[in-house]
Amino acid sequence: MRELTCIGCPLGCSLRVFEEDGNLRVEGNTCPRGETYAKNEVLCPKRTVTSTVAIRGGTVNRLSVRTQTDIPKDRIFACMEEIKAISVDAPVMIGDVVLPDVAGTGVALIATKNVPKE
Amino acid sequence: MRKNYDVAVIGGGVIGCAVARELSRRNLQICLIEKGEDVCSGTSKANSGIVHAGFDAKPGTMKAKMNLLGSRMMPRLAEELDIRFKRNGSLVLCLSEDGLPALKELYERGVKNGVEGLKILSGDEAREKEPNLSENVVAALYAPTGGIVCPFELTIALAENACVNGVEFRRNETVTGISREEDGYVITTNMAQIGAKCVVNAAGVHADEIHRMVSNTPMHITPRKGDYCLLDKEVGGYVSCTVFQLPSALGKGVLVTPTAHGNLLIGPTATDVEDKEQTPTTAKELSYLTKTAAQSVRELPLRSVITSFSGLRAHEDGDDFIIGEAPDAENFFEAAGIESPGLTSAPAIGCYLAKLIADKLGAEEKTDFVPTRKAIPRLAELPVGERKALIEENPLYGSIVCRCEQISEGEIVEAIHRPVGAVSLDGIKRRVRAGMGRCQAGFCTPRLMEILARELHRPMEEICKNVSGSELLTGTLEGRK
Amino acid sequence: MKSHDLIIIGGGPAGLAAALSARRAGVQDVLILERDHVLGGILNQCIHNGFGLHTFKEELTGPEYAARFIAQVKEENIPYRLGATVISISREKLVTYVSREDGLVQVQAKALILAMGCRERPRGALNIPGSRPAGIFSAGTAQRLMNIEGYQVGKEVVILGSGDIGLIMARRMTLEGAKVKVVAELMPYSGGLKRNIVQCLDDFGIPLKLSHTVVEIHGKERLTGITLAQVDENRRPIAGTEEYYACDTLLLSVGLLPENELTRALDVTMSRVTNGPEVDDRLQTDCEGVFACGNVLHVHDLVDYVSEEAALAGKNAAAYILTQQTAGKTVPITADGGVRYTVPQKLDPENMADSVTIRFRVADVYRDRYICVYCNGERIRRIKKRVLAPGEMEQVILKKSELKQPLASIRICTEVE
Repeated sequence: MRELTCIGCPLGCSLRVFEEDGNLRVEGNTCPRGETYAKNEVLCPKRTVTSTVAIRGGTVNRLSVRTQTDIPKDRIFACMEEIKAISVDAPVMIGDVVLPDVAGTGVALIATKNVPKE
Repeated sequence: MRKNYDVAVIGGGVIGCAVARELSRRNLQICLIEKGEDVCSGTSKANSGIVHAGFDAKPGTMKAKMNLLGSRMMPRLAEELDIRFKRNGSLVLCLSEDGLPALKELYERGVKNGVEGLKILSGDEAREKEPNLSENVVAALYAPTGGIVCPFELTIALAENACVNGVEFRRNETVTGISREEDGYVITTNMAQIGAKCVVNAAGVHADEIHRMVSNTPMHITPRKGDYCLLDKEVGGYVSCTVFQLPSALGKGVLVTPTAHGNLLIGPTATDVEDKEQTPTTAKELSYLTKTAAQSVRELPLRSVITSFSGLRAHEDGDDFIIGEAPDAENFFEAAGIESPGLTSAPAIGCYLAKLIADKLGAEEKTDFVPTRKAIPRLAELPVGERKALIEENPLYGSIVCRCEQISEGEIVEAIHRPVGAVSLDGIKRRVRAGMGRCQAGFCTPRLMEILARELHRPMEEICKNVSGSELLTGTLEGRK
Repeated sequence: MKSHDLIIIGGGPAGLAAALSARRAGVQDVLILERDHVLGGILNQCIHNGFGLHTFKEELTGPEYAARFIAQVKEENIPYRLGATVISISREKLVTYVSREDGLVQVQAKALILAMGCRERPRGALNIPGSRPAGIFSAGTAQRLMNIEGYQVGKEVVILGSGDIGLIMARRMTLEGAKVKVVAELMPYSGGLKRNIVQCLDDFGIPLKLSHTVVEIHGKERLTGITLAQVDENRRPIAGTEEYYACDTLLLSVGLLPENELTRALDVTMSRVTNGPEVDDRLQTDCEGVFACGNVLHVHDLVDYVSEEAALAGKNAAAYILTQQTAGKTVPITADGGVRYTVPQKLDPENMADSVTIRFRVADVYRDRYICVYCNGERIRRIKKRVLAPGEMEQVILKKSELKQPLASIRICTEVE
C-alpha cells in the first residue's frame, strides 16, 4: 500500500493505492482525476526537471534549461549530474537542444531562454 | 614588520574617529586600529542617534561636562562634515503623579548642568506639542536643545576627514598585546607590530581589556545590551521630538524618536550581558520594548517595523566616563566607559583628549588641515533640476540600485572609493543607506555584491556582509567558468 | 517636455500584457518603463515550469512565458526603456524617471498603468529575535543569485514560510546539492500550491512543519542555526517545543507585498487588505486615467491571471485615451463571511462590460462551502466549493444582465450548507 497526496486540485485528497492481483485499487479519491494520478504515480512517476547550465560568450552567465517532456522521477539526479557537467556557447535560442538524450531517458534537454552573443 | 607613529588610536568607533580627527589638526603621525572590517561597527553602529540636551548626568561628572560641550559643538561639526543634524527637541514624560518630584529633579539637574531653555510642560501642553502622546502623560520636561544625528554618518564623516588629514586607518586589525618601551609603546596586532609614542584606548566594550594590557588600575566594563525596533519612514513623523520616559537606574529608558533619516526608532532595552561580541535581540526584550514604548504614545504603529537590532553600551563600574591619561601609564590615554551620552560627547571628548596628547607631545597645529568634508550627494533628496544635472555629469547616478531608498549606483561606487571606503554590504548600507529601507536589501543584495566585486576586483564569493566569515555565497554552481 | 498617450510602469508580465492589449485596442503611443536591464520581470528567475497552462495551453518555464510576451512587444514595435526607474508620478500623470542612458526625464502621459509588481516581506517585518548574521535571504533573492547569477547561497538550509517561491527553492537547492532540512509554516495550512508541496518537498523527503516558526536566529558572522518552535492557535510559540536546527542558510518565503511606493503620491484609496490601490471594474484607481494590474494591485498565484488582468487594464486605458470615457457612479463590492477582499472593489453598473471577473481570496481553509453573490440584498449566485484556501485565488464572473438595476450593492461571501 502507498499513500499519496493528490495534486489535482486544492482539495489535496489523501490517496491510498493497493496492489491486488496485479491491478491497482485507489481509495480516498473524490474524483476520477485522483485515481488516474495515483496509478501514474505508482506505476511510473514522472517529472520535468528544470535547472541552469553554464554558458560562455553570452550576455548572461547561466542558461536556463528543462527536459523537453517529463522524465522518470528516479532519473532526476542522474539528469542533474549531466546538467552540471556541461556548458554551452552563446548564442542560444529557446528550444535549442542542449543534450539530445539526457541521462538515457530518451528525452532532450532544451534551452528555455534566449541568450544572444555578448 | 613594524611601523612607528606618534599616536596610535585603538578603536574606530565615534570616539576613536573623533580623537583621530582632532589629532589630525596637528603635525603628528597617527594611525587608527580597528578590528572590524570597517569603522563604526561596534557600539557606534547601534544606538539611538540622539544628541542629548544634557540634563541627565549628575552635575560635575565627566558625562555632564562632555555632554553639554558636545551638544554645543554639534551644529558646527555637522556643517563642517556635511552630515544631518537636527535639533528636534526632546521630551521626558512623566506618566503618573508619583513621578513629578523626579521630573522636577531632572529639571533642576539640567539647569545646574547649564542646559538652556528647559521647561516643564503640563500633560496637555505636551500633547499640544506632540499630538500622538499618551493620554496618561501628566507632565513632561521639554528640552529644545535635544537633537538627532545619524551615528553612521557622524562616525564615518569623522573617519573620512581624519583620513584626508593624514590619519592612517588600519582595519581588520586586532590588538593582541601592548608593551611599554623606552619611548612609548609597542602594540602587537594580528597583522603587525606598531610602535607609538602615545596610545589612545577607545576600544568601546573592550576598553577594559586594552587597559589591562598596560595599566594596573581597576577598570571593569559591563556590556549592557539594548534592543531596538526601526520603523518604516511612512510613520517617521509619528513624533517630532525625541520622547523619553523618566530615567531608571539602568539608563534613560525606552525612547520613541524620529531618526535623522526620517524613520521612527524605539528602544533601547537595558540588559547586562556577558558576551562582548554576540548581540542577539531576544523575544523577551523586544516584547518589553514594544510594551514600554506603547506607554509613551498612543497606538504605536508596530505594523510598520522593518527591522530590529541591538547594540552594546560600554558601562564602567564607576558609572562615569573615564577620559584622560592612565594614572600608572604615561602617554597611555583613554576614553573608556563611553555609554550614553557618548555619541553627543564624542566631539568634546575628541578635542579634550587631542589637546592633552598634543600638549604632551608638543605637537604644533598644521597649516594645511582641511576641516571640511563633502558628503556623497543624496540624489533622492535633491530637487529635480539638480538631480538631472548630476546625472548628466555622472550617468551612474541615474541607475537606481536600492529601490526603497532610491540609492543610485553612482552613490554606491562613491561609498566604495571614498577615503576609508566601504568594503562590505554593511559598509555600503551605513554610508549611503542602500539596503536600509523597507525591503531590507531583498532586491539590491545581488546588485550591491556585484558592484562591490567589480569595484574592489574581488570574486563574488568573497563579498561579505561585514567581517570575514560573513560571506554571502557558499560557492558557484558547477560548470561555471 | 516629452509626452506619451500611455505610460506603463513596469515591464514584467503585467506591464507587457497591458502594453500589448492597449496597442491592439488602438493606442499607438505607448511607453514601457522597466527598471531592470531586461524585460520580463521576476519571470526571468522563475526557471521552473508550470506557467502558461491557461494562456498558452502548455506548461512553460518563467523565461519561456516572458519570452512569448516580449516577442510580441517587439513585433508590435512598442517602445520601452530599460534600467529606467520611475522616481515619482503625480495625479496629473507627470512621470519622472531616471536611467543611465536617458538621465532624469519628465514625461507627460494621458493615462498610466501601474504594473510595478510586488516585493518579498523581509525578516524585519517578522521581528524574529536573535543575531543578524549573513546567510538569511528572502527566497526570491536566493533564487536570483542561483538562477541568474549562478551561485550557491548555502549548504544546509531551513526555509521559513511555505509560499510557492520557498517550496520551489527547496527543490532547486536540493537539486544543486544543498541539504534542505525543514520547511516551517506559521499557519496550520500551507500557503503554496499542493502540486509544489508534493513535487518540491515530498519528492525529496523534505519535511513540512505546519504551525511552526523560527523563534531565534544564531550565529555571528554566518548563520549557524535556528530554533524552531510550534505555535498555538494565536500563532504564539509554545514553550517547551523549541528545537534547534544547525544550518548556514535561512530562506524566508513569508509573503509578498504589492510595491506601491509610487502610488502613494497619487493619494488614491488604498486597500488595507491587498496593500494595493482600490479599483473599479475597469481596474481604474480613483485617480482618473490611472489603472493598475498584476501584483501591484493584489498578489496573484498564477501569472496567467496576471496577464489576463493586465490585458483588461490595457484595453480600458486605451478606451480612456481614445474616447475620453470618464468614470461613472460606482457601487461598492463588499467582501465578508470569510471573503477577505475583492478586486475590483467597486463596479460601475451603467458602463460595465457585459461580464466582469471578480477575484478574491478567503480568510481560512474552508471545506464544503458556497460562494455566494448578493445583489441589492438578494442572492444571485451560489457556487458549491469542496475546498477553499487562502493560498488559492478564487473568482466569479458577474454578467451585466444578471445584476438588478438600479444596482445599490454587491456582496460576496462564503456560506455553509
